[in-house]
Amino acid sequence: MQTSFDTITPLARAAVPDHSTVYAPALVLWTDTVPGGTAWSGVVRRGNTLRFTDTHGAANVSLMLYNAEEKTERYNMPDTLKAQHTAYLTAGHVCYSDMGRVLCSISGDTCGWHDTVCGTSNAAGVQAKYGQARYQAHRNAMFRNGQDSFLVELEKWGMDKRDVVANLNLFSKVTSDSSGALHFDAAHRAPGQWVDLRFEMNTLVVLSTTPHPLDPNPIYDPKDVALTVWRSGTAGADDACRLHCPENGRGLINTERYYL
Amino acid sequence: MQTLESHHTAATAVLDTVLPAGEPWMHTVRKGQIFRIVDLEGNQAVDTLFYKASDLTERYSATHTIQAQCALYLTVGTQLMSSEGRAMLTIVADTCGRHDTLGGACSCESNTVRYALEKRHMHSCRDNFMLAIARYAEAHPSPPVFGKRDVVSNINFFMNVPVTPEGQLTFEDGISAPGKYVEMRAEMDVIVLVSNCPQLNNPCNAYNPTPVRFLVWDGV
Repeated sequence: MQTSFDTITPLARAAVPDHSTVYAPALVLWTDTVPGGTAWSGVVRRGNTLRFTDTHGAANVSLMLYNAEEKTERYNMPDTLKAQHTAYLTAGHVCYSDMGRVLCSISGDTCGWHDTVCGTSNAAGVQAKYGQARYQAHRNAMFRNGQDSFLVELEKWGMDKRDVVANLNLFSKVTSDSSGALHFDAAHRAPGQWVDLRFEMNTLVVLSTTPHPLDPNPIYDPKDVALTVWRSGTAGADDACRLHCPENGRGLINTERYYL
Repeated sequence: MQTLESHHTAATAVLDTVLPAGEPWMHTVRKGQIFRIVDLEGNQAVDTLFYKASDLTERYSATHTIQAQCALYLTVGTQLMSSEGRAMLTIVADTCGRHDTLGGACSCESNTVRYALEKRHMHSCRDNFMLAIARYAEAHPSPPVFGKRDVVSNINFFMNVPVTPEGQLTFEDGISAPGKYVEMRAEMDVIVLVSNCPQLNNPCNAYNPTPVRFLVWDGV
């Protein structure tokens, strides 16, 4: 017999709430704003949800995820895509680590499409596209790029360029045609769109709010992103992400075993 | 879908070897050399990574490759880009027409998710990669160069993983066939790391992993 949620032991089942928790203002733990073009990293604990809000409707969040306790375990783009037969992410999807576990599940999303395949910008690309704006003249409005931002944050956790993986780009929609050619859909974003990442593992979050590498805007104009961390608990027995596909059910069993 | 044949013949190759299914392979390809992979029996997944020979921290990057060509699939003309944004190899001939770089490698752990928790014991590409890098580390003990974090999102030569305009990722029947090949020119000295995929659960290879052949020619 194959293991499924219906066959796990009573003690394993007891560790899973019956229902997932919906957002309420009283559940908020803290809030913050990440200015456009800057970077952030921090640990979000299992059972907390990180809500990203695209305040102005033109933000991009290049995002990488690591198991905070064993950082060689990290978000894996191919495993995430092929388990769920999708090339983009939205509500109902989860983000898989390379160890078959769910780092976070997407419990809510008003945007509808987050890019998984385009990576982030680098110094040469930003200079070629936008020109140069250095700190001496521009202070904190200087032009930054995703790759260097990742390196800055990773180094703070004892990590380096070898830890850079294929990243997510929250709020950016990029579609492909039958030939595989990519198209950035700038009209898809709207002010106030938000996405909830519910963390199923203690996770190191590393992010940059520099523009998406395929954003057609010729002006360097990165936008702020609001962070709201709220106490959600983990995916319930009735959770939409768990029930999205049999793969996600198994991925969450793997994850729950890790914490038993 | 574009295809282009090569003028190279096996008689002039400086390397010509066959790798059975389910095994890893590492080899250094020098700048200017031509590297060919032949899908001997058709629809075999050749999970492949490249590392800059003089600095293994610079490696193939799926996202840099996709971003550079603003397109998902690998074919003639595609430059396989490194994590530092440099061209590592260029695809110069291809009789298959399309290769995947989104599907990644199978692993014991992802097999538990995709198929069943009970399938964890089955042989996988990532186990091949782990053994290959462990053997490499034995042979090159100082400084430590290879670890799991260096095994990043790879190329699946001969695999067809189309993405629909709606964003669905589909594993289609193969477009490859016996004898189809892909050929690359190295733009720098690179170490090739291959797992000839042992996946028995995926209909893409008709549940039948098969051997592949590698050939290398010196550049003109």
